[in-house]
Amino acid sequence: MYIAARRTQDELHLELLGEWRAALFPQIELELRGIDFGGVRRAHIQPGESQLDLSGAWLLRSFLQRAREAGVEPDFEGVPPATLSLLEHTATGELPPQVRQEEWLRPAHAVEGIGRRTVRGWHELLGGLELLGQICVALARGLGSVRRLRLISVARHIYDTGITAIPIVALIGFLISVILAYMGAQELRQFGAEIFTVDLVTIGVLRELGVLLTAIIVAGRSGSAFAAEIGAMQLNEEVDALRAIGVDPVEVLILPRVLGLCIALPLLTIVADVIGLVGGALLCHSLLDMPLAQYLIRAKGAIAPSTFWVGMIKAPVFAVLIAIAGVYCGLRVRGSSRELGRLTTSAVVQAIFYVILADALFAVLFLKLDV
Amino acid sequence: MRTVLDVHGIVTRFGAQTVHNGLDMRVYEGEVFGIIGGSGSGKSVLLRTILGLRRPDAGTVQFFGTDLNQMTTAGVRALKASYGVTFQEGALFSALTVRQNVQLPMIEHLRLSARALGELALLKVQLVGLPADAALKYPSQLSGGMIKRAALARALALDPPLLFLDEPTSGLDPISAAAFDELLIYLQRELKLTVVMITHDLDTIFRTCSRVGVIVDGRMISDTLAGITANPHPWIQAYFCGERARVHGAQRGA
Repeated sequence: MYIAARRTQDELHLELLGEWRAALFPQIELELRGIDFGGVRRAHIQPGESQLDLSGAWLLRSFLQRAREAGVEPDFEGVPPATLSLLEHTATGELPPQVRQEEWLRPAHAVEGIGRRTVRGWHELLGGLELLGQICVALARGLGSVRRLRLISVARHIYDTGITAIPIVALIGFLISVILAYMGAQELRQFGAEIFTVDLVTIGVLRELGVLLTAIIVAGRSGSAFAAEIGAMQLNEEVDALRAIGVDPVEVLILPRVLGLCIALPLLTIVADVIGLVGGALLCHSLLDMPLAQYLIRAKGAIAPSTFWVGMIKAPVFAVLIAIAGVYCGLRVRGSSRELGRLTTSAVVQAIFYVILADALFAVLFLKLDV
Repeated sequence: MRTVLDVHGIVTRFGAQTVHNGLDMRVYEGEVFGIIGGSGSGKSVLLRTILGLRRPDAGTVQFFGTDLNQMTTAGVRALKASYGVTFQEGALFSALTVRQNVQLPMIEHLRLSARALGELALLKVQLVGLPADAALKYPSQLSGGMIKRAALARALALDPPLLFLDEPTSGLDPISAAAFDELLIYLQRELKLTVVMITHDLDTIFRTCSRVGVIVDGRMISDTLAGITANPHPWIQAYFCGERARVHGAQRGA
């Protein structure tokens, strides 16, 4: 019981009881709703010993409003609760009108959205190119004096993005070559051409899969890490602090990451290639009963001198793409943790997209060059 | 006077370093209790211990006579609804608007109608002296002083009888800090709050606090303002009678 009602002809006597606390909101609201103003002219409210917090006062205020709307003029017998007057003093402002839902549904709005997105995408592309330019300038300055290359930081990033990624890259390289050899052996056996499984595995791993899968794993691991690290620093105003101190963030934050990844990714690719070839050899040995010596001879015959380098040359390019996607997304984080999550996701998606796009362009290029 | 919070024999160690060594602290209903101490004396750690965010190496924390460690999960949940906390940097949720920040504890702990939720949140925002349109802004769009106020609004979301404030006026200019002090006094009086606050601001201490606890040598010396300024401990004397404190001494006619 939070309110006691007593009717005398057309007058209503209400006594507030107990503590009107925020936690009891639903119960109090229910009791207040049960009070009927039908046929009532005046209502007298006794605050008594009751204690109202702000939520309680809000309930009382909406109850009084309801009374007034029903044509009843409520008055207090005794001092009205202090929180009620506090609330009356405070609740004066109105919220500015918000964008109404329908506006989002207009067809013009959708067209506008496409335009906005296109322009934003264009600006982001320009921003990315600008960042690439800044990195090149920082690199040129770094080549002038070694101190500016931040070699310790570069080493840290080689460790973080490269050394710690060896187990997963090796595992994926092994599994992929096993899958490739298995599929190849199954299909080629029909033509009695099992021996070409070796060609399939060696060329496939060295030219394409080794570097591509390594790049995709690194994009997932390090692209996201770059975006999250720099994004968190951005939220914490650390990037601005660097600028204010007169240190170029591109030089200390971005260039070491790009350089580190440019060194780590080719090395990881070598790991993936080697493990891939080993995996292929093991599967050929066990599935096709091929002696290892024969595998080696066949593999040697299958690969041209350029095969390894065709795969390898892509690694630094992929590294730059992944690093720039991660770093650029990190730098665009503004204001909230949600942005950080959105841009970290975006960094990985963009990195993988650019890697595959670049791979396709490389394929066309090598076709034209006939290598 | 009812004891709201009773902290007894707290020992906190970080490796070989002992921060608190048998610290006692008691807060009574309706008072504004200021915690002061040098940098690294463990003020924030003490607050984290009281809030149950950190388990002390020894000692007990009792709220309204019940030991924090012996509370049931439901009891702890009810306790969390009975106090509001502001953190040093505000700790507002950056992905939510100020109004959503205030609404979050309400949605979590109370069962309110949609209209009550909207109006009460706006009310809390206005109560701490922010304009209504600030309610729709994100924390990154607010100034430092507004963030402090918004954090206070969120702390008040559940109409708690008890407030913990970690350096509520740090980083504010003297005028904003004074305004915040006045706001705190006003709310404390109107809403009959019990306030525990960590502060370095001498103005805030002299304007708002009824009692002060000083952390020195791993223990706490608590007394009224007059009592504490008369305490002969050298650190306390240096704190209250140093160059920066002189103006307050002059004001008090000491």
